[in-house]
Amino acid sequence: MAGPIIRTEHLSRFFGTVKAVDDLSLEVPAGIVFGFLGPNGAGKTTTIHLLLGLLEPTQGQASVLGFDTRTQADEIRTRIGALLEFAGLYERMTAEDNLDFYGRISHMPAAERRARIKELLTHLDLWDRRKDPVGNWSRGMKQKLAVARALLHHPPLIFLDEPTAGFDPVAAATLRNDLASLVAREGVTVFLTTHNLTEAEKLCAQVGVIRQGKLLTVGNPDELRLRTGGPQAEIVGHGFNDQTLALLRERPEVANVALHNSHLTIELRGESKIGPLVSLIVRSGGEVEEVRRGKASLEDVFLTLMEEENT
Amino acid sequence: MSDILTMVWKESKDVLFQGGWKSLIRPLFVVGIMGIYLPLQFGPQWVDLTPIGMLLLLWIPFFVIISFIGDAIAGERERHTLETLLASRMPDRAILLGKIIATVLYAWGMGVLSLLLGLVLVDLFRTQGNWMFYPLDLFVVALVLILLVSVLGASAGVLISLRVATVRQAQQILSVGTIVFVFGVTFVLRAVPANVFSSLSYAQFLLIAMAVLAVLDAILLGLALVSFQRSRLILS
Repeated sequence: MAGPIIRTEHLSRFFGTVKAVDDLSLEVPAGIVFGFLGPNGAGKTTTIHLLLGLLEPTQGQASVLGFDTRTQADEIRTRIGALLEFAGLYERMTAEDNLDFYGRISHMPAAERRARIKELLTHLDLWDRRKDPVGNWSRGMKQKLAVARALLHHPPLIFLDEPTAGFDPVAAATLRNDLASLVAREGVTVFLTTHNLTEAEKLCAQVGVIRQGKLLTVGNPDELRLRTGGPQAEIVGHGFNDQTLALLRERPEVANVALHNSHLTIELRGESKIGPLVSLIVRSGGEVEEVRRGKASLEDVFLTLMEEENT
Repeated sequence: MSDILTMVWKESKDVLFQGGWKSLIRPLFVVGIMGIYLPLQFGPQWVDLTPIGMLLLLWIPFFVIISFIGDAIAGERERHTLETLLASRMPDRAILLGKIIATVLYAWGMGVLSLLLGLVLVDLFRTQGNWMFYPLDLFVVALVLILLVSVLGASAGVLISLRVATVRQAQQILSVGTIVFVFGVTFVLRAVPANVFSSLSYAQFLLIAMAVLAVLDAILLGLALVSFQRSRLILS
C-alpha cells in the first residue's frame, strides 16, 4: 500500500488521571520492522490495543492498513497477525489444532490451512511435535508457535508485543533469529514493542521511543545515535580515578566521560584522535589494556533519552 | 455461522473433551444416576415421564454445565488466551454463541442419552417383555425442557464467567446460583394457591414452564450478548 501502514495523529488514551498514551503522532512505513521501545508501563501495550481497535482512544485517531481503528477495527483485525503479551495458545490442544483454529477463524480453506501449517511448522522445526499438546512444550517452542500463528494467514502486518520477554539469552537469540528469517521470507511489516535494546538493534529498521505515554523520538537507529550521541571511545584498563576523569573533561574534544567498573566511555566531539587522550590517561596513572572506537549503542541513546526526560 | 461452528469446534477440543476420560467422569456419573440408577429404581413409572421424573431429568443440564461453562470466558482469561482471541477477526457474537452452543449441545446430549438409556434399561429389565416407549408428546416436551434448561444454565454461566477472574470462582457462584434457583422455584410454586394447579392439566403446566424458561433464556442470552464487549474484556 502507498503511504504509511500505521498512522496515528495525537492519539491519546487516559485511564482516569493516568495518561497511558499521550498525544502520540507516528507514521510507520510498510515493509520494515518498527521497534517501539520503552520501559515497563510506558504505554507500548496500550498503543497496540488502540491500534487493534480493542480500546477506544480518548483523543486523536489512528489508522492501520488504511482503516480507521475506531470505526473499522474488524477490518484491521481481519488483516493483521498478533503475538501479544502472552503467547495465547490453548495448552490442552495440539500445536496443529492451535494453528488450525486460527486458520479457521481467518476462513482459510482446509487444504490451504494444512499446507500452510506444514510450511510454517517445518520452517520452525516444530513439525515433528505437531501432535503434542502445547502445554508440554518449552516456553521458546510455544513462542515460536505463536509467531507461526501470527503469520498463518499471510498478514501484511504483524504486531509483536515483547516476544522475547523473560527468555534466557540463548532462547531469546534463537527466537530472534527465527523471527528475522520468517519476517524476511514473508515480507511483512512488523510493529515490535520491546524494552530489549539488543533486540531492537538487531531487528529494527526504525525505532520510536516512548515514555509515560509520550513519544520521545523516532528514527532509524543510526539517526538516533547521531542525534543523541556522537562518536565514542571505550577504554578498558585499571587505575582510572577522579583525577583521570577531571583531566579528560578539561579537553576540548571530550563531550562527556563516564566510568563503569574498569570501562571508561568517552564521548567525543567530531572525529577527534584518541591517541592524546590515551597518553593523558597513562600520565595520570592509568593502565590501558584495550582501546575501542565506536558509536553510541541504542542502549546509550535510550538511556540518554530517559535521563533527558527526567531532567 | 461458520464462525460459530469454528468456536464450537474449538470448545469441543479445548474444554469438553480436553482431559480424555478424566473429563468425562462427572458427566458420565450424571448419566449413570439419571440414565441407569433412577430408571431402574422407578421401573415402568419412569417411562410415564411423571412430574417427579421430569423434574429429575431437568437436573442433568445443571450438573453437566457447572463443570464446563465457568471455563468459557474466565478460563480463557486465566490461561491468557482471551487477549489473542479478542485480537482476531472472530466476531463478539460468534465467540459468545459458540461457547454457549457447545455447552448446550453437550448438556442436552447428556440429557438425551440419559432419557434413551433409561428407556432401554427399563424395557430390558423391568417390563417383563412388554416393550414401552415414552408418551411421544411428553418425550418431545422433555427434550425441549432439557434444551431450555441447558440454555438457561449456559447463558447464566457465561454471564458469571464474564464477570469473575477465575474458573473456580465461576463454578462456585454457578453452584450456589443453581441451588438458589431451585429453592426459588420451589418457593414460588408453593406460594401459588393450590386451586391454580388443580385447575391446570399436566400438559398446560409444562407449557407454562416452557414459556417461562424461554423468556428467562431470552433475557439471560440478551444480557450476555450486551455484556460481551471487547474493550471491557481487554481491560479486565
